[in-house]
Amino acid sequence: MQEIINIFIKSVFIDNMIFALFIGMCSYLAVSKTVKTSIGLGVAVIFVQIITVPINYFLLEHVMKPGALSWLGDSFKEVDLTFLSFMVYIATIAAMTQLVEMIIEKFSPALYNSLGIFLPLIAVNCAILAGSLFMEQREYKNIGEVLSWGLGSGVGWMLAIVSLAAVREKLKYNKIPAPLRGIGITFIITGLMGIAFMSFLGIKV
Amino acid sequence: MSILSSKNFKLLSNPLNMENPVTVQILGICSALAVTTKLKPAIVMGLSVLVVTAFSNLVISAMRNYIPPRIRIIVQLVVVASMVILVDQLLRAFVYDVSKQLSVYVGLIITNCIIMGRLEAFAMGNKPWPSFIDGVGNGIGYSVILIVVAFIRELFGSGAVLGYQVVPQSFYDGGYVNNGMMIMPTMALVLVGVIIWIQRSFNKELIEKD
Repeated sequence: MQEIINIFIKSVFIDNMIFALFIGMCSYLAVSKTVKTSIGLGVAVIFVQIITVPINYFLLEHVMKPGALSWLGDSFKEVDLTFLSFMVYIATIAAMTQLVEMIIEKFSPALYNSLGIFLPLIAVNCAILAGSLFMEQREYKNIGEVLSWGLGSGVGWMLAIVSLAAVREKLKYNKIPAPLRGIGITFIITGLMGIAFMSFLGIKV
Repeated sequence: MSILSSKNFKLLSNPLNMENPVTVQILGICSALAVTTKLKPAIVMGLSVLVVTAFSNLVISAMRNYIPPRIRIIVQLVVVASMVILVDQLLRAFVYDVSKQLSVYVGLIITNCIIMGRLEAFAMGNKPWPSFIDGVGNGIGYSVILIVVAFIRELFGSGAVLGYQVVPQSFYDGGYVNNGMMIMPTMALVLVGVIIWIQRSFNKELIEKD
């Protein structure tokens, strides 16, 4: 249990998706103009993350790893399909976002109206694919740890985008040198926020 | 039609400055920042992206009339993913140490927005050869920024270029210290911000309106 909480804290603060790993930057920079939309996108990312990461973990453990196919019979014991992992992950993600979109549209039109436009965007958000790739690379041991990593990385991403959006809303009232206006200053602000997040490196978990 | 007409040459040169994928279109930032602590992984990453962009542009452009519009994203993802698997296997075979350093960022080329952006904006509406050129141009535009950022970070962060020590030992004896800040992830963001600042000071028409 303690291990699971450690992974969560670590993925939100220390290995933050944006400030430590630079993942999901494209939509982070593009959709962070107002707090309201960034909360919508953040929730959508968490939502998709806690669905796709466990599914990809299941596929990795029971289909792709060397020896994972042994439940099919002895002749499949040697099969190693890990070279296909990119393809399997991205197919799961594309299918799941489509499925989630359809389910939400059917059962909760209100949620669909607030999240709807972001869901197709998420299929090509690197944060989601990276969630699965890091899950493979770090070799989490059980489904609890995998879920904790999926949830934590999503929450960390949302924390980053919402705080940047809040800063950018205030930034409208400031005088910024013309060539730096817009995207330039956003990069530098993210850099400064990253320095602030470096203070979490001292936490030992 | 000549192979490099003036129109095609424009496709190659535009992404270097006025339509640079990183600093103007703001695409493909994740990998641009994460792999630039050293020059060598940055060059390998730039080349991999160039190859994937060029060839997936070519393939998608050749298939563009046969792809049903409703499922085009999935078709594009599958083509890009196969290209990335090829590149990943090649990197593992020939430059294993760099491939280890790049870790998940090779896989993340699949969702690199430069590639999806070019496929949607260019390859779906143009002939294969111009699309290929467009892919090469954008790949070069991306690599240039990567190499500049990595050069600055490696030079000031570890006093070396491509792994060779260039800051002489006498400097260190005289009290010179490597700037540890440059190795930190956050400096990459600030450096790209400064590159955008410099570029827009020279090209006034790129400045954003309020």
